[in-house]
Amino acid sequence: MKKRTFLDPLFKTSPIPVLALGICSALAVTVKLEPALVMALAVTLVTGFSELILSLLRHTIPNRIRIIVQLMVVATLVILVDQVLKAYAWEISKQLSVFVGLIITNCIIMGRIEAFALKNKPLPSFIDGIANGLGYGMVLVVVAVVRELLGEGTLLGYSVVPEKWYVAAGGFYENNGFFILPPMALIVVGLMVWIYNAKNAKSVWNN
Amino acid sequence: MEQLVNIFVKGIFTENMIFAYFLGMCSYLAVSKTVKTATGLGVAVLFVLVITLPVNYLLHRYVLAPGALGQIHPAWAETDLSFLSFILFIAVIAAMVQLVEMIIEKYSPALYNNLGIFLPLIAVNCAILGASLFMQEREYENISQVIAYALGSGLGWLLAIVSIAAIREKLSYSNIPAPMRGLGISFIITGLMGIAFMSFMGIRF
Repeated sequence: MKKRTFLDPLFKTSPIPVLALGICSALAVTVKLEPALVMALAVTLVTGFSELILSLLRHTIPNRIRIIVQLMVVATLVILVDQVLKAYAWEISKQLSVFVGLIITNCIIMGRIEAFALKNKPLPSFIDGIANGLGYGMVLVVVAVVRELLGEGTLLGYSVVPEKWYVAAGGFYENNGFFILPPMALIVVGLMVWIYNAKNAKSVWNN
Repeated sequence: MEQLVNIFVKGIFTENMIFAYFLGMCSYLAVSKTVKTATGLGVAVLFVLVITLPVNYLLHRYVLAPGALGQIHPAWAETDLSFLSFILFIAVIAAMVQLVEMIIEKYSPALYNNLGIFLPLIAVNCAILGASLFMQEREYENISQVIAYALGSGLGWLLAIVSIAAIREKLSYSNIPAPMRGLGISFIITGLMGIAFMSFMGIRF
């Protein structure tokens, strides 16, 4: 049961391709791998701990004002993350700019709190949060790898494509600058959704 | 004046919320099946943006910005509350959305029937909070610039969601590979539209 809670969000009900949640704050940080990794980590922590806290509070929150309570808990956690990033990783926090703040309105967090944390015990909620954050982070990292590799020929800032291949050095290869532009993030995710659905279609039909 | 027009046009085309920053994508994908509902949501977003952005701007300028509290008491001249902006902005947005919903319900039942279901969705729409945070980051000088930005980005969002809804309505007649239907093709079309919007890059007045 616990294993399912953890594994399903990673592969079966992955937040972005299957549920189309949380795209807002995701794609703009996928030009390079490093900010994408930091963003994935930040979202995982915020999702995990906000689900834990709200699951502990689930019997005390009046139903009518639950949305605002949820927003406050999430916003507080995001402020913590933002302050830590500003203190220890100033450069990355500059690159992420407003998108750290936008974790608050990330639909995955609100969606999981509503759907899971308010109905379950703290520990499973925490696991569910971490797993959903990781499932989300995975998509982010894959998109970032594709874009940084094809767009700049580097990964985490280190060049991966051999110098000799480039046209400038007499080779045949050239970076595709298109991948650095915002619209390519959407197209890469679109293709990922395609692959994902094509792979999972069999199991859906067999059911 | 020129500056205002520039901010407005930039908000619609070159810095379009959806195509350049992917803000508000969740509701953009979920509520773009028909043009009618898409227009409803788009108008609601525009409406809430124009109301919340000036409020958040005043809050930022007179309470949160470094040194802003010095105007009240010199002892607070060095207080910097800008780390609180996330929590205050989202609280203002949630409260304003609630307020707008109540006012519309009371005075214009017809409008409420059209917009009502979308308003609660908007409190957690990234486009609204995103616009507030961009407003803070870009340091607009006065409130008219902020209103121009709110109008521009709201209209840009409306334009984006109405056009994707129109395209998706037509798509139901085309033969798309099964795994691509729905979500996948919407992503790709949005990407292509984004590339088209990039051609507005040089616009300036």
